[in-house]
Amino acid sequence: MKVLVPVKRVIDYNVKARVKPDQSGVDLANVKMSMNPFDEISVEEAVRLKEAGTATEVVVVSIGPQQCQETLRTALAMGADRGILIKTDDKVEPLAVAKLLKAVVAEESPELVILGKQAIDDDSNQTGQMLAALLDWPQGTFANEVKVDGGKANVTREIDGGLQTVALDLPAIVTTDLRLNEPRYASLPNIMKAKKKPIDMKEIGDYGVDVAPRLTTVKVTEPPVREAGEIVEDVPTLVSKLKAKGAL
Amino acid sequence: MSEFVDRRNLDFVLFEMLDLDTLLTTPRYEEHDRESITAMLDVVEGIAETNFLPFAAKLDANEPKFVDGKVEIIPEVGEALSVLGEAGLFAAGFDEAIGGLQLPWVVTTNINGIFTAANLSVANYAFLTVGAANMLNAFGTDEQKDAYLPNMLAGKWFGTMCLSEPQAGSSLADIKTKAVRKDDGTFSLSGSKMWISGGDHELSDNIIHMVLARIEGAPVGTRGISLFIVPRYRLNEAGERGEWNHIALAGLNHKMGQRGTTNCLLNFGESGETVGYLLGEENKGLACMFHMMNEARVGVGQASVMSALAGYLHAVDYARERPQGRPAGVKDQSTPQVSIIEHTDVRRMLMAQKAAVEGGLSLTSYCSLLVDKQKTAETAEERAEYDDLLGLLTPVAKSWPSEHCLEANKWAIQILGGYGYTRDYPVERHYRDNRLNHIHEGTFGIQGRDLLGRKLRAGVSALTPLRNQISSTIETARAQGLNAECDQLEKALASAEKAIEVVRSCEEENLSLANATLFLDAFGTVVVAWLWLWQASVAKQASPEAGSSEETFYKSKIAAAQYFFRYELSKVFNTFELVASLDDTCELASADFFGVS
Ligand SMILES: Cc1cc2nc3c(=O)[nH]c(=O)nc-3n(C[C@H](O)[C@H](O)[C@H](O)COP(=O)(O)OP(=O)(O)OC[C@H]3O[C@@H](n4cnc5c(N)ncnc54)[C@H](O)[C@@H]3O)c2cc1C
Repeated sequence: MKVLVPVKRVIDYNVKARVKPDQSGVDLANVKMSMNPFDEISVEEAVRLKEAGTATEVVVVSIGPQQCQETLRTALAMGADRGILIKTDDKVEPLAVAKLLKAVVAEESPELVILGKQAIDDDSNQTGQMLAALLDWPQGTFANEVKVDGGKANVTREIDGGLQTVALDLPAIVTTDLRLNEPRYASLPNIMKAKKKPIDMKEIGDYGVDVAPRLTTVKVTEPPVREAGEIVEDVPTLVSKLKAKGAL
Repeated sequence: MSEFVDRRNLDFVLFEMLDLDTLLTTPRYEEHDRESITAMLDVVEGIAETNFLPFAAKLDANEPKFVDGKVEIIPEVGEALSVLGEAGLFAAGFDEAIGGLQLPWVVTTNINGIFTAANLSVANYAFLTVGAANMLNAFGTDEQKDAYLPNMLAGKWFGTMCLSEPQAGSSLADIKTKAVRKDDGTFSLSGSKMWISGGDHELSDNIIHMVLARIEGAPVGTRGISLFIVPRYRLNEAGERGEWNHIALAGLNHKMGQRGTTNCLLNFGESGETVGYLLGEENKGLACMFHMMNEARVGVGQASVMSALAGYLHAVDYARERPQGRPAGVKDQSTPQVSIIEHTDVRRMLMAQKAAVEGGLSLTSYCSLLVDKQKTAETAEERAEYDDLLGLLTPVAKSWPSEHCLEANKWAIQILGGYGYTRDYPVERHYRDNRLNHIHEGTFGIQGRDLLGRKLRAGVSALTPLRNQISSTIETARAQGLNAECDQLEKALASAEKAIEVVRSCEEENLSLANATLFLDAFGTVVVAWLWLWQASVAKQASPEAGSSEETFYKSKIAAAQYFFRYELSKVFNTFELVASLDDTCELASADFFGVS
């Protein structure tokens, strides 16, 4: 079984994001970038499937600038077998990503695509679902446990108020939640070995899909500074204050 | 927000200042590139954050205990060290031929530094193992290497350095541990070793001690000292851990800091025979030890920088958050308080830390790079020049951070005020941890004598290679308009050279070295001023986008360099004059002058 894992290069979760002076976006100059944490969980899950003998090959794919190659190398160091980089310096929205992934699926014919449930830069939470719809494949989103057995994937999902297990016929789409696993750190020797693993370089043009953005960013600003709180005497004062603010 | 690494500054030092990319084009290091080194640093930062940092305070509060003859340590320590082993970090700095990754030393030093900043008490076990393995690798027979290295490089067996004894610390010439030759060529050891870091614990399957001892009948003093491999458990036929080698833990020392690293008094050959295996040549033990000394001492400096970095980063965060008082001149007390970082004096204390930490890091990184340059030098002359430079700068790299980065930890405490003095915040721990660095691997005083006495007065090292490096930085810096700094640095160097001249021509050794420790400190400040000039000139050449965080970064470099020249370098002139005057106040002070008469 082949597993495809898309990985996104995002601003590192530890970095305090700053808005560019012209308010056109987040300042990324010389800022630490890393693999989206949810995608790390996806890679880990795929590598575990391979280690368990369930998967035979793990292919990772990234869409974005040349530096996404570093993100792919991280996945290769964790244990993925080869990478595909679809190069673009333009912003790609979830729908465009889903369309490109659909084209990759057509070429690679994986039986399972494992995506992060969302990326921590734009928090869209759309790509996996859109890809499932475009492919007309079953989907198990927000996975907290994945078991692949005899042509089926049993995916336990985190839902409001508890867990739900769905049985999906393969091929299928899974999106990962935080508690699915704890991704490993690549060992240093594996980082060196990953340099020799192949990465296929592609352009968006190779896939012939329309990736034009559907949204325009008007401006990006810092969240408003939280105002100082106030301690009130008693509940009636609280109620009247809230009323005065129009909150009640 | 990360409290123990500054990756932007590390990138600056490695790639913009020291031009690591060029080193990576040499055949020895060509397997590596910026991308893979960055990936390794990412992994290291992740492991340090997940497996080291979270229990640093807990380990400090729960120091190892001696219970029923065994050492008890909180379990997190063993877990963290096994993660380190699995990630291949014990082996990373060794040559590919013996299973390492052949990483440049300047990278290894900085990888180590990240673990130090996160939780140095734990990292120490690994560093000691790497140090012992290094020595085995340099001087061991093939048989000895095969027996010990694979398990040490995998992090399964740990190592120690056993030099000091209760009665002999600075003066290793006076050690007494005895080795008696046996018919089979091995030795039987007896005696006591004091202060042995990692000397006993249950964290690893075996502990391989590197022990200095005198073979019966050896000449007195340093020429009669040999080095031995002494495993805690002898190896059985299969090469695995066999029977106990009778190294008894006589007690644990209760330390001011670095409390998670066991520190032991060990007795050899007391209850039964302790077998030792000669490493290297007979009576050449100290030479073997000193072969590793440059790396070890630069490592001590690096540890000091890292304790200070951890304190500094905490203090910065705190200063941004803590509201207290109003700016000087604001009389209206109904106005809101400002964060303390708005007070100039608090920013002065932050600047002092930044200057010491980033100056110190450039120093230890530069010295580590010299180790790599020695290994990649194309000619014998080139190698000799790097050798000379490293020899001269090693006491500086060991001592300058130990003094000035410890001072930085003091300022971190100060910024937290009363809170800094409590154990609820990590800054007092970093101070305690850092305090050791002035003492071990040769005290401040011993380093002062090494630099001014052995190296400069006796002529073991020349000043010329350093002078050449400084001149070339000055030339670049002048083109960047840093003339005032260049002039001041030239003056300081001339003043140091004058002091060295006087010391060299003074026949009375004792008098000439009376102020050697102060000389070392001032000389270190000159060296760090040079490295700050270098950093400022790199920063001046950068062209970041206006208003970006990059612009702020480079501006902060230029400001810190200015601070260092105006507030620190300005102090050295007095010291050099004092040294050059051969001041004998302390030399003539009678021992009877002190204490209660
Ligand atoms: C926490 C800790 C860990 C250690 N780990 C190890 C280890 O793993 N292995 C190991 O072998 N050792 C270890 N040491 C020992 C350490 O290296 C010694 O403590 C150090 O060398 C100083 O020796 P000493 O304590 O006997 O002090 P002393 O040598 O008695 O020195 C006391 C003072 O006298 C000064 N002094 C001594 N001689 C001279 C002189 N000739 N001229 C001028 N001043 C002089 C010193 O500078 C110092 O200020 C450790 C020590 C500590 C505290």
